[in-house]
Amino acid sequence: MTSRSIPGYGLAKGMWVTLSTMFKTIFLPKKHLRTVMYPQVKETPVPRARGVIALDQEACTVCMLCARQCPDWCIYIEGHKEEVPPDKPEGRIKVRSKLDRFDIDYALCMYCGICVEVCPFDALFWSPEYEYSEYQMGDMMHDMDRLQDWLKTVPEPPELA
Amino acid sequence: MTLDQESVRHLSEVSVSVELETPEMTLNIGPQHPSTHGVLRLMARVDGERTYDVRPVIGYMHRGYEKLAEVRTYPQITTIVNRIDWVSGYANEVPFMTAAEKLMEIEVPERALWIRTILTEMARISSHLVFMASYPLELGAATPLFFALRERERVLDLLESVTGGRFHPNFNRIGGVKPAYGSGSSTRKMIQDLPASFFAETKLAMENVLEACEQLEDLVAGNEIILARTRGVGVLPPEVAAAYGVTGPNLRASGVAFDLRKVEDYLPYDQFDFDVVTGENGDCWDRWYVRLQEIRQSARIVSQAVDSIPSGPLQAKVPKVIKVPRGETYVRAENPKGEMGYYLVSDGGQGPYRLKIRSASFSNISILPWALEGVLIPDIIAIMGSLDFVLGDVDR
Amino acid sequence: MTDIFAGVMSNFWVGLGIKLGIVAGLIPVVGMIIGFAEMKLSAKMQNRVGPYYAGGRWGWAQLIADGIKFFQKEDIIPANADRQIFKIAPALVLASTVALVVVIPFGPGLAFRNLELGLFFALAISSLSTIGVLIAGWSSANKYSLIGGLRAAGQLIAYELPLVLSVVGVVVLAGTMNLTTIVEAQIAAGYPYLVLQFVGFGIFMIAALAELSRIPFDMPIAESELVMGYLTEYTGFRFLFFFLAEFANMFTMSAIAATLFLGGYWLPGMTEEQMIVAGPLILAAKVFLLIFVMIWFRWTFPRFREDQLQRIAWKVLVPLALANIAVTAILKVVI
Repeated sequence: MTSRSIPGYGLAKGMWVTLSTMFKTIFLPKKHLRTVMYPQVKETPVPRARGVIALDQEACTVCMLCARQCPDWCIYIEGHKEEVPPDKPEGRIKVRSKLDRFDIDYALCMYCGICVEVCPFDALFWSPEYEYSEYQMGDMMHDMDRLQDWLKTVPEPPELA
Repeated sequence: MTLDQESVRHLSEVSVSVELETPEMTLNIGPQHPSTHGVLRLMARVDGERTYDVRPVIGYMHRGYEKLAEVRTYPQITTIVNRIDWVSGYANEVPFMTAAEKLMEIEVPERALWIRTILTEMARISSHLVFMASYPLELGAATPLFFALRERERVLDLLESVTGGRFHPNFNRIGGVKPAYGSGSSTRKMIQDLPASFFAETKLAMENVLEACEQLEDLVAGNEIILARTRGVGVLPPEVAAAYGVTGPNLRASGVAFDLRKVEDYLPYDQFDFDVVTGENGDCWDRWYVRLQEIRQSARIVSQAVDSIPSGPLQAKVPKVIKVPRGETYVRAENPKGEMGYYLVSDGGQGPYRLKIRSASFSNISILPWALEGVLIPDIIAIMGSLDFVLGDVDR
Repeated sequence: MTDIFAGVMSNFWVGLGIKLGIVAGLIPVVGMIIGFAEMKLSAKMQNRVGPYYAGGRWGWAQLIADGIKFFQKEDIIPANADRQIFKIAPALVLASTVALVVVIPFGPGLAFRNLELGLFFALAISSLSTIGVLIAGWSSANKYSLIGGLRAAGQLIAYELPLVLSVVGVVVLAGTMNLTTIVEAQIAAGYPYLVLQFVGFGIFMIAALAELSRIPFDMPIAESELVMGYLTEYTGFRFLFFFLAEFANMFTMSAIAATLFLGGYWLPGMTEEQMIVAGPLILAAKVFLLIFVMIWFRWTFPRFREDQLQRIAWKVLVPLALANIAVTAILKVVI
């Protein structure tokens, strides 16, 4: 911190900062202006960004771990058991769980990621998509098929150091 | 302050009256105000421009963290605890994790501790940059806001590239940091280590942060008007500050060289070279300047850590379902706002029996009635702003 | 062409109508241009873009959009407010600004009304806005507005003195209060009065900033403390009046400063005919330079506290202005 004995020196230094910023912003915008003109220009988020959760319906076995561990209880799962015919004629009849309903209420979700982390069957993934605002609160409940659609937007994980 | 008839009547005075009772006008610097950092209510009794009694009323943002912690498991509590002091999200998770690890007697691997240190110091830079932005705005200068927040974006982008969240990282796990993407057969192999571009981007970001500190110093530090508004205003003598429990940069600005990073061992700060910054007078200018210097020291720590981070696992071996054995412990940490402590009482279950949170801002604003006696109304704003509190931290 | 012009103007009522129309149209247009300049310049000083989407990529329609927005807002008057005074306050502030435009010389012989006591009239009328601000704060039935209004009363009255005293040096040098004659005196001398009266110029600019309640002297508004001070309860069209009045007042104060100190519509080496055509443009350029300095100050500095403000006015500016008058008078007699 330098405060010379000339009165007004601090004021003059401050004025120089503002003036030089103004000239740099007007004449050298490529280097100094960092404003991104959304929505005409959009920044791509980093691969790990937590935007929305995607569901792979094939992998889900209705174990209910994600719904139980969610701190906000915003995942609604319903399933039923159905019998699958055996592969070989003398085999047993297998019983498999089938998913009826898998809703995530994004109006309640706090994007913590516990559900993605505890799923033992690789059924939930993070995607950096963030543009899904709605006009009605009820539309923030994403159902099974919508969650399956988000799977297309899941990126490759970043390279590690 | 006793809860007698007088004070109850004042507390319930909600409507603003028109009569010109200037000898004793009660000005309600209300919960909705541009400068109170949240929903803090100050009932100020003023005579013209001079106040002679200020009482803060808090509790407008009480979210019941301690009760929420009683009905949740440890991984779930990590996700909500970073919302206490939302400006420095990562720094709230670390002492809680350390308390649980102490009770479970787990040793955290080196790499995880170093990653925690890097992210905590980035949270400190982020929080102090918010202060650099908002404090001159309360005094009337609108330009430092943009310079400080422009550089904060870089730090938040770094936090996002590692953890996935800018404000609520949720990256700590008991025993270290988050090791893998998920628990399935293929997601278990996706390690959540630092990305490849992290080191180069961090160096660039720290250079830009230091440049912004230079710009802010030129713009604000020597400015005669700022000096006139903040020098000699809100002087906190060190004995009074210590008596009220004020911690963090506020205490260090009064001349007390007390930094929990040098005292406690919850993170490996003894392996880094940094100074503890103190001020001389304990006025508002010193509190501003101490925080500016702390940004520089934190950038120093991050640069050193990024250069020589050890390799190793990211999390110690912990069981799948975490149960903390019986016991109680108190861990305190140097948060950007001050000293934050978690008193954890466990009875062997999946969640704590009782979690008491000692938040920095609650004790910091307890000094407001003492500090705001007999000052002018603009000084209320200057002193309040210089204490740098966040209402989420005050009310929990 | 000039015969028809002279003929039309010689009819009193038509001339009056045209002059009133120009003045009434000038104020909103000038206000909007200056407002737009402030938005864009402040954005560049803060390393951002400013208005961008309204009107192509330049955002020139931003203030028109703002004006329409203010028009269509609900007119809310607080229940406890003093209704008549509440409604008069914005009109008073805008009226004093509009009345100031009348005496400014835009070119040789191109003032709306060339009063002999032009400078005296200008300074007297500009102090009318003090009453407007004070009654706006009083009638709003809001403690914040009251504090803002009382601060404004103290500040505006305190800075009237330096404002008036700083121009006495110019009057002594020129020998008249007629604004057009002052410009002609500068033309005759060959240099603008800034060269001799730089102290007076500095005091005038500081006092003008304080009269306009701009940072660093905007305690009456003090956005981060008093939520807009005396303007808190004003919405919609009434707020637009205050808003426009602030920018138009910037224009008129800068125009007076440019006339008195910078030579008005004159540049060295111009002839009479050139000045009639280019005079308004030259005055506009000088005014814009002064407005740029005002905007620059606003976005760089924080605000003074009320007692520091008063101290500057009474203990620093008034003695300095008196000393300036004394030195000017002595030197005028001696040299």
